[in-house]
Amino acid sequence: MSIDIVGVTKRFKSFTALDNVSLHINSGELVALLGPSGSGKTTLLRIIAGLDWPDSGEVHFDGEDALSRSVRERNVGFVFQHYALFRHLSVFENVAFGLRVRRGPAKLPEAAIRERVNELLSLVQIDWLADRYPAQLSGGQRQRVALARALAISPRVLLLDEPFGALDAKVRKELRRWLRHLHEEMPVTSVLVTHDQEEALEVSDRIVVMGRGHIEQVGAPEDVYRNPATAFVHDFIGETVRLPGEVRGGALYLKGQRLGLDAQGVGDGPAQILARPHEVELAPPEGAPFAGRVLALRSFGPNRRVDVEIASDAGTTVVEAAVPTDREIAVGAQVGLLPHRYRVFSATA
Amino acid sequence: MSNLAFPFARRRPRSVIPGFGLTLGLTLTWLSLIVLLPMAGLFIKTSELTFSRFLSIVTAERTVHALQVSFGLSLAAAVVNAVLGLVVVWVLVRYDFPFRRVVDALVDIPFALPTAVAGIALTAIYAENGWVGSLLAPLGIQVAFTPLGILVALVFIGLPFVVRTVQPVLTDLDQELEEASASLGASRWQTIRRVVLPAIGPSLVTGFALAFARGVGEYGSVIFIAGNLPGVSEIAPLLIVIRLEEFRYADATAIAVVMLLASFVLLAAINGLQRWSERRGRAS
Repeated sequence: MSIDIVGVTKRFKSFTALDNVSLHINSGELVALLGPSGSGKTTLLRIIAGLDWPDSGEVHFDGEDALSRSVRERNVGFVFQHYALFRHLSVFENVAFGLRVRRGPAKLPEAAIRERVNELLSLVQIDWLADRYPAQLSGGQRQRVALARALAISPRVLLLDEPFGALDAKVRKELRRWLRHLHEEMPVTSVLVTHDQEEALEVSDRIVVMGRGHIEQVGAPEDVYRNPATAFVHDFIGETVRLPGEVRGGALYLKGQRLGLDAQGVGDGPAQILARPHEVELAPPEGAPFAGRVLALRSFGPNRRVDVEIASDAGTTVVEAAVPTDREIAVGAQVGLLPHRYRVFSATA
Repeated sequence: MSNLAFPFARRRPRSVIPGFGLTLGLTLTWLSLIVLLPMAGLFIKTSELTFSRFLSIVTAERTVHALQVSFGLSLAAAVVNAVLGLVVVWVLVRYDFPFRRVVDALVDIPFALPTAVAGIALTAIYAENGWVGSLLAPLGIQVAFTPLGILVALVFIGLPFVVRTVQPVLTDLDQELEEASASLGASRWQTIRRVVLPAIGPSLVTGFALAFARGVGEYGSVIFIAGNLPGVSEIAPLLIVIRLEEFRYADATAIAVVMLLASFVLLAAINGLQRWSERRGRAS
């Protein structure tokens, strides 16, 4: 089922959580809403679910107005960050909940409920835990139960609010691969809220980057990572090296010196040159666009990073760059920095 | 084998919470002085009676009726409080309205008000010429000086017990549980019955037990509104006082012993019910 969000605005007192947001989600797609806290991503998810209502704007499911329906009638599966499992019910009964509360013609006979629940429990690979209670499960197992419970009602949309946020790094990685796999087996239109860019990049078909109540960029993970539309997206989606500069007449300058870098069509004024640390090379100080003194040197795992102090128009700036492990470098040395892939943005925006 | 022979001779395990011996000693001494000693006196005084005399006192029609009134109406009042107290808790926790804090504070008044004052106030209101009593009289409902009056008094004094035990539990109940329930298609009523009530159930049973226990022992507020007709609206605690005033101390303690045992059995049963519902909730 496709979802259309048209001009949705939501305010909490004086805080604007969503400011005229529009988004189209294709049927069967897994979309990640990615952004820092306070960017409005969870509010947008709750509005799609029917747990919150916008002040203005429209939400359509397959072209039908969704706002006139309550959460109960929307048939959405919602997975909460803290699982929200019913503590007094066994795993089996948690999953069966959505089937047991059905009334009228939709009500299933007991045998059909058992069959459906067992099927879901084996799908999420916890059929051996059916008689346990939530308190007896690990975080990863709880989230699998929550997912099975949400899928039990055969939802038209699956909404996941930071589903792996409360889990440790290893389980998180395992579960998100598994979620991707599950989505391929059962392509329910899914919206995943996360502040973890790695998670969004790995799991989703498309990423919606949000910041301060706006959508900053929508695109395929690879595209968003390689071609960020704004400095905000560049900064949020991965590690960022921020180099100073100024655009004058279509060329980049620093302290009056021409840098020899492409201004990428940015208009005149202060600019920022953003790159990934591994895309900034160390070079001899002569001839490199940026040069400065090495302040510190750090190693962690396969990575080595240097802090380089660069003189800029506003005093000095400290820039972090990657160094190959076989490269000899000393604190206090003069080095040059050469970004071989970078994006230029206006610094005033 | 030597370990089994001297189970207490083993080295005490180290603990991060020291002071067990001291605090347990203080607890037992204190409970003995305050609770166990007076209770022992009760049994010793009662033992002055022969068993047949004891039986004839506690099976006398007046005694049996007084006990029935006390226990029956306390249970009824606790049931009323459990239901209406839950509504009060719901309103106080879930909604924000003007003077919510004032209403919240009002709940505690039965705790603080001298019971005799409460009794007199209730009597004045519910008497046939009182504000409420005069409205009920044309309908043929008489509250003051009937068992119904006792019920009113017991409901009054028991209310805060239910509210104050359930309130923190409902406040802590995660809103997401109800959202999850609704998203799974449950109606509001199904959510309350299948999600909210099981979660606050154990605390509701505790509140019920406290309100009940308080009702059984209540004296001050009841005697003003009850009318105290033997065989109709006489409560057991009043009968005990009457026996004391007649200097029939052993008779008084005999009734007290029966009350004590009956209360003990009922509270144990309620406790069992609570543990059962908690086990269902947590399931170790």
